[in-house]
Amino acid sequence: MTLVDPELEAVRSGDEGAFEQLTRRHYPAMLRLAMAYVRDREAADDVIQEAWLTFLKTLDRFEGRSSLRTWLFGILANLARSRRRRESRFIPFTSLFELGTRSRGPTVDQRRFGPDDRWQSPPPSWSSLPEQVFESKETLAEVRAAIDMLPRHLREVILLRDVAGLSGDEVVDLLAISPSNQRVRLHRARAAVRQRLEDFLR
Amino acid sequence: VNCRQIVELMTDYLEGTLSESDRRRFEAHLTRCDGCTEYLEQLRTTMKLAATSADQPIPAELEAELTRVFRDWKGQP
Repeated sequence: MTLVDPELEAVRSGDEGAFEQLTRRHYPAMLRLAMAYVRDREAADDVIQEAWLTFLKTLDRFEGRSSLRTWLFGILANLARSRRRRESRFIPFTSLFELGTRSRGPTVDQRRFGPDDRWQSPPPSWSSLPEQVFESKETLAEVRAAIDMLPRHLREVILLRDVAGLSGDEVVDLLAISPSNQRVRLHRARAAVRQRLEDFLR
Repeated sequence: VNCRQIVELMTDYLEGTLSESDRRRFEAHLTRCDGCTEYLEQLRTTMKLAATSADQPIPAELEAELTRVFRDWKGQP
């Protein structure tokens, strides 16, 4: 079975406007993903350009078994990762932040639970906050900063899942990790970003 | 099951990977725990915010460059 994606068909047939729309729409998430691997904005834009070139070159091989989004972000992640490997001797291997981040253990400060293992200090309600708070530039900047501070193995998963919108199975394939590892990383990443939001919105 | 355990199962719950019986226990806990209900709701909000957090528009130079790439590709036999 082949699913026909009208947007993809338009690009295939040479519709420049359709291609521009596609590149504009996916750019913000592509930039976030590329920046997880390369050292600066210029390098990120280079990789994004290379990804689109590869996308076009392989367009006739794309059979619609995955979504266009998955295919595109797969190309980008692979290019960005191999570029990072080439550049890695110039980049410190881990930042101090990553060294300090535990990869196991609970994701919520254990002091927030009482001796009965129930919440002693539950998360303060967000429903009483004005709706605009969740749409403000400041809040979104806080979310970005929280994601940027994650160690790369967590950051790449939350970027692919929650920012780029890939499915769990797709991320498992793309990063060649086990389904349970994918879930653990996603959980740790989301929990860390939620905590930072809690602190910010307090 | 207690809150300490439930919070660590939230992503498995959202991913739909809990067993049928675990899912039932998870949901039963939520019906009587405001703290965990709020926590789950906050994770959902976090996911939504992450989805809208990328907002840098494409730079004009890159857009022009990509148009050139597209025309080259189109011009090839």
